[in-house]
Amino acid sequence: MAKFTIPTEEYMNPGHVGCLGCGGCHAMRYTLKALGPKTIISIPACCWAVMPGVFPYKCLEVPLINTAFEVTGASISGIKAALEAKGIDDVTVAGFAGDGGTADIGIQALSGMAERGTDAIYIMYDNEAYMNTGIQRSSSTPVGAWTTTTPVGNTKDWKKQPKKNMMDIMVAHKIPYAATCSVGFPEDMIKKLRKAQGIRGPKFIQIYAPCPTGWRMQPEKTIEVCRLAVSTAAYPLYEVENGVYTISRKPSELKPIKDYMAIQGRFRHLPQEEVDAIQKTVNWEWKRLLRLEEFTKGLVEG
Amino acid sequence: MKMVMTGNYASAYGAKVCRAEVISAYPITPQTSIVEKIATLCSSGEMKAKFVKVESEHSAMAALISASMTGARTYTATSSHGLLLMHELLIWAAGARTPVVMSNVCRANGPPWSVWADHHDAIAQRDTGWMQVFCEGNQEVLDSIIMAYKLGEREDIRLPSIINEDAFILSHTVEPVDVPEMEDVDSFLPPFNPRFRLDVNEPYGFGSLVMPDMYMEFRYKINEAMEAARQGWRDVEKDFERHFGRSHGGLVEFYKCEGADAILIMAGSIASTAKDVVDDLRAKGKKVGLARIRVFRPFPVEEIRKLAGMANTMGMCDHSYTFGHWGPMGQEVRGALYDMNDRPLLMNYIVGLGGKDMTPGVIEKIYLKTLALKGGLDHDIEWIGVKGHGGW
Repeated sequence: MAKFTIPTEEYMNPGHVGCLGCGGCHAMRYTLKALGPKTIISIPACCWAVMPGVFPYKCLEVPLINTAFEVTGASISGIKAALEAKGIDDVTVAGFAGDGGTADIGIQALSGMAERGTDAIYIMYDNEAYMNTGIQRSSSTPVGAWTTTTPVGNTKDWKKQPKKNMMDIMVAHKIPYAATCSVGFPEDMIKKLRKAQGIRGPKFIQIYAPCPTGWRMQPEKTIEVCRLAVSTAAYPLYEVENGVYTISRKPSELKPIKDYMAIQGRFRHLPQEEVDAIQKTVNWEWKRLLRLEEFTKGLVEG
Repeated sequence: MKMVMTGNYASAYGAKVCRAEVISAYPITPQTSIVEKIATLCSSGEMKAKFVKVESEHSAMAALISASMTGARTYTATSSHGLLLMHELLIWAAGARTPVVMSNVCRANGPPWSVWADHHDAIAQRDTGWMQVFCEGNQEVLDSIIMAYKLGEREDIRLPSIINEDAFILSHTVEPVDVPEMEDVDSFLPPFNPRFRLDVNEPYGFGSLVMPDMYMEFRYKINEAMEAARQGWRDVEKDFERHFGRSHGGLVEFYKCEGADAILIMAGSIASTAKDVVDDLRAKGKKVGLARIRVFRPFPVEEIRKLAGMANTMGMCDHSYTFGHWGPMGQEVRGALYDMNDRPLLMNYIVGLGGKDMTPGVIEKIYLKTLALKGGLDHDIEWIGVKGHGGW
């Protein structure tokens, strides 16, 4: 008999108000499957501030608090402190914020939460722009992407800056666990969330969550683009446990980045030389990650 | 137990005797000795609270809203720019109906930088849905914290409170303070036990999106609670007096207003100096009185209306300002008196900004000025002591 590695229990009911093919929707569903019903979720302004449904309806089976845009880190510190004050130690506290709420406006509160060692999981579901407000660039938008605030037009004003590396920033906080995962790889995602749940202290999970609406992509391409993000190393899956890097999936040979970009409208304007430049960066970052793994594992063995 | 302490220590002891369970705060002059004292009380084990040491006041308030929604009694302290930074979350705290109690050490806002007392920081939070108390002395600082929890945690009120103490004049000045025994406070103030909270056994969602047909209902309920809190403060102060044997005058403290020709209205620690001036002037045969606004939100409309008919001329001393139209308390007092047939002549004075000294001499001059007010005022506001504009 086949062994299920994804829990069959559902804590997200039908009725969410997300778009067709929403990656953030899978991110929440698998997160709750992994963490279980004894979880309190704090959600700032982001797509998920709307997606649970309009009052008095709510599609999630866990207690949730809506918070202001920039305070998820502080909010989960407060929930955890209150639980500790009440002597409750069997409840998982998780923040569930978008990339803008994490890498931009919420980075101070996140940094504070990580530095003071709050025992909670901070989850950033990364759809690589302000999608709830209608596709504006964030610091997590990749280089080359079209958004409504990086329009293509005559000035070719697509995003010129690289994507902010939140994993590097969180690893620099010396937290015990940080990982990237993807809604296209749910078994890996659930494994990482459960590992995070079992570790005391601040944990950071970054979930690749495609947004067909904002990426100018057909909704049925969500999982395909997840697969391509890993096989091209556009979005590598890895974890960092106490400073030691482990790459979760290593393609024997990387597919060209143009395969990843081709199925998304947000990169369609890019001239060949830009694609070539992005390919070089992807190669560099992948090599850097491989070396980081080798180097940090070597430190442990040495 | 009687102790000699600053307003800041009175604040810290207020949080202690109320058994605040989660503290979150960020240091700012002149509030710092509150956080330091609480940190000391926590590390010695005298206080059992969890102290979340945050990276900003904004995060302090965010952490407390979430802690309060998880069912914990919460406390913070701030001042001036710290309070201004919190503004967004003050509105959130009231909207979320979390009865957080906060000490604000009233300090001027920059620029130019000033660390000295005025009320502009607190007044700028007027419309956030927080109850606000302005204290005259350190005993009142401590006692008001106990009352704020008692009232704010009531199921039909569920509103947060700011307890204001003036920078340095109270925060760093020692006075004798009777610190009640914790067991005594326990019998007055039961543990915080909200019906709805973040609880995995009853998984509610809080603060979700509402459509326009519902939003106004939530705002109306906050206003209903705030209106109910007006009688609530009167009741809680009577309860407090029965239990602890002292009171601080209700929403508005009237001092020698009977048979007065002129009354000055004010809030905060300058009332203490002004009471001496009233005594001196009364001794000289000048019939003057003082009304001290203790509770600013909810605004004590009935108490202010009692002033109509008490005297013909009055002055509202605002320790703050609104650029372009009167002082904030001046506006509200004038508004409350408008419907009264025997409303007095009212002059609005802007006083003591950024710690500008309010000596007995200055207050006496304001009294004499107010006594001399005649009908047909050609102006209704004066900035007291401003150089180069006929100031004194």
